[in-house]
Amino acid sequence: MPETIVYGPIDVEGLIAEVGGDTMGASTVFLGTVRRSEDDGPIVAIDYTAYEDMARTELEKIIAEASDRWPLGRFAAQHRLGRIELGGASIAIAAATPHRDESFEACRFIIEQVKVRLPIWKKEFFEDGSASWRENEPGDNAD
Amino acid sequence: MKINCSIFGKYAEVVGTGSLVLELKDNSDVGGALEKLRKILPNGELIPRTTMVAVNQSHALSTQRLKDGDELALLPPLAGG
Repeated sequence: MPETIVYGPIDVEGLIAEVGGDTMGASTVFLGTVRRSEDDGPIVAIDYTAYEDMARTELEKIIAEASDRWPLGRFAAQHRLGRIELGGASIAIAAATPHRDESFEACRFIIEQVKVRLPIWKKEFFEDGSASWRENEPGDNAD
Repeated sequence: MKINCSIFGKYAEVVGTGSLVLELKDNSDVGGALEKLRKILPNGELIPRTTMVAVNQSHALSTQRLKDGDELALLPPLAGG
């Protein structure tokens, strides 16, 4: 099983390999990446920090809950911590199920749970050298 | 009793520390611990009473009872994903 919390680049291929199998007809992969928008300003990087032991445990619980809801599926996820430059991936989720509907649903379930449960924080760094904490807004699905 | 407190993210910046040991009366709950932290920490009043907390690495309510040696974490608004 790939590590759920890492400090280097996310192993997307490893996650896909982890969930694959002869009975899986659909694999959905979600990647969350550091982005720039007019609202946020000129972001150059984000530094992710965590209550690491709890983040690991909580992400494992979320994956276990997905397995309970979609017992024929296999699921894996990895969240990256530390400084990530613009365009870099902060999280990847792989969800494999026999059919595509459940695969999309399960992947969505996992990322939405991550947003409201994982004790992870991000500090955005801007072109002018300033930095500020950013939080997930309730109902925010833009990230 | 003594509990181990961890403070993360912007809250740690605000109060100037990421961890401390807190002495509490037996049978104190999470809300009581949070009130004490808000009083004793520099700028502690800036930590909202409604902040998210975890006890022993699980999300917890303010009414949860604490016991000696528990690990209480103050969690700023989350930003994972």
